Amino acid sequence: MSKSQVPVLPGWFAIENGEPHLLGTRCRACGTYYFPRQTLFCRNPDCESEAFDEVPLSRRGTLWSYTNAMYQPPEPFVAEDPHVPYTILAVELEREKMIVLGQGVAGLECADLRVGMPVQLVLDTLFERDGQETITWKWAPLA
Amino acid sequence: MEKDIAVLGVGMHPWGKWGKNFVEYGVKASRDALRDAGVNWRDIGFVSGAATMRCGYPGYVAGATFAQALGWQGAEVNTSYAACASGSQALAAARAKILAGQCEVALVVGADTTPKGFLKPAPGERPDDPDWVRFRLGITNPAYFALYARRRMDLYGDTPEDFAAVKVKNAEHGLENPNARYRKRFSLEDVASSALVADPLRLMDICATSDGAAALVVSSLDYARRLGQADAVRVAAISTVTPTFASAVVEMPDIATDSAAAVEAARFRAALPAKAYEEAGLGPEDISVAEVYDLSTALEMDWYEDLQFCPRGEAANLVRSGATCIGGRLPVNPSGGLACFGEAVPAQALAQVCELTWQLRGAAGPRQVAGARVGITANQGLFGHGSAVILKR
Ligand SMILES: [Zn+2]
Repeated sequence: MSKSQVPVLPGWFAIENGEPHLLGTRCRACGTYYFPRQTLFCRNPDCESEAFDEVPLSRRGTLWSYTNAMYQPPEPFVAEDPHVPYTILAVELEREKMIVLGQGVAGLECADLRVGMPVQLVLDTLFERDGQETITWKWAPLA
Repeated sequence: MEKDIAVLGVGMHPWGKWGKNFVEYGVKASRDALRDAGVNWRDIGFVSGAATMRCGYPGYVAGATFAQALGWQGAEVNTSYAACASGSQALAAARAKILAGQCEVALVVGADTTPKGFLKPAPGERPDDPDWVRFRLGITNPAYFALYARRRMDLYGDTPEDFAAVKVKNAEHGLENPNARYRKRFSLEDVASSALVADPLRLMDICATSDGAAALVVSSLDYARRLGQADAVRVAAISTVTPTFASAVVEMPDIATDSAAAVEAARFRAALPAKAYEEAGLGPEDISVAEVYDLSTALEMDWYEDLQFCPRGEAANLVRSGATCIGGRLPVNPSGGLACFGEAVPAQALAQVCELTWQLRGAAGPRQVAGARVGITANQGLFGHGSAVILKR
């Protein structure tokens, strides 16, 4: 019996070829990537393109910085009771040249982390309510 | 063409959690500024207000709200909203009016009342709102400041003690500032023993929100001369530039930066003072005092580098050497900064100008920076808003 699972943000990530990826878009004219996805107009001041391709973003990146949340955030965050601190990682994707935030996987502590270390994206539980798991992306150090 | 304007008068309502209507604070600050300037309210030709978003419709039309409270007298009004830079944008509007010859003397004012408890986003499922997204994922305001702080530690070797030293410095500076909310001396140990909020930042590394108001009376140089204030402090530059695509640093409330795949990444914070220096024809070597936005202790150190007070990565040396203390080579936040004030968004950028005006007049009392001639302010807020103002004597 597997619990029912729903994504925290539908269409923001998916599993492709057995690997989880964030889903972004890429400007057809200038090659700029967007996450969250942009489909209306390119924000590059020298580009007037309105045509985008949907692209999975790099699964791996390097750690730009990291912290943790010692206090329970306000809603719409859904908190454990009592609050369980978690890490927050800012990860630089090399190909896309962008920094993406996300929680670190459960059990990860700041002491385990170092700016510049390689990390990869996984899908994991953000919170569980009434037998339903809400899934998000998280970052995990690469061995 | 003349491009400076004179600061004839400044006034503030003390920062705190007073629980009163923001208009009351704004009127007090305005009357103080008018008195300080020696200008009659009836002579003000333009009222430029900084909006507050937390006080209903009167806050959205702050310029008119203050003009009515002071007594309608037929002046033209303006209201500016630009997050933390609202005050600077209101000042820029007054400067434009004065330099265009459409007004001789203007009142610029900002005030705020903060709500009780946490600010949180509106309810419902709103994945198109970046603020909703980041709170849903558990990324609060202190997390962004902590990410910047941690990067300093891993890249440049800054320590939590360096950050704490900024708090200790600012607390010392603000001790006798009558407009500061927190007037208490803190030790490195006090900071280190306060609760960890977002590693490496502790409760005392992060600023609070406050009520407060600040006001300026500004005029043409000609008007200042006629008033016998030819040597008044002058506004030499106001920069309110937007970021340039692509953003190099992840900013609240975004979950990601722009992609720099097609365009080189640019640092917003560094662009703000760069424009101000260019406009004033001055450089970082000319600055004798600065008021910068210490939303966190570590962020004050980022500002040292963005203001070009030192090369990138070397801000900790300025802290450790005491250069940014009153009595040092380049005192920063002699008012006590946000550490002693807490943030009152629409008033804060104007409060920075008030402090520099007192400093350049040599009227800052026990927190006076000796021989201050040129000062710069710097702040940055949400959605591409920020400002830097240069004042000179
Ligand atoms: Zn494009």
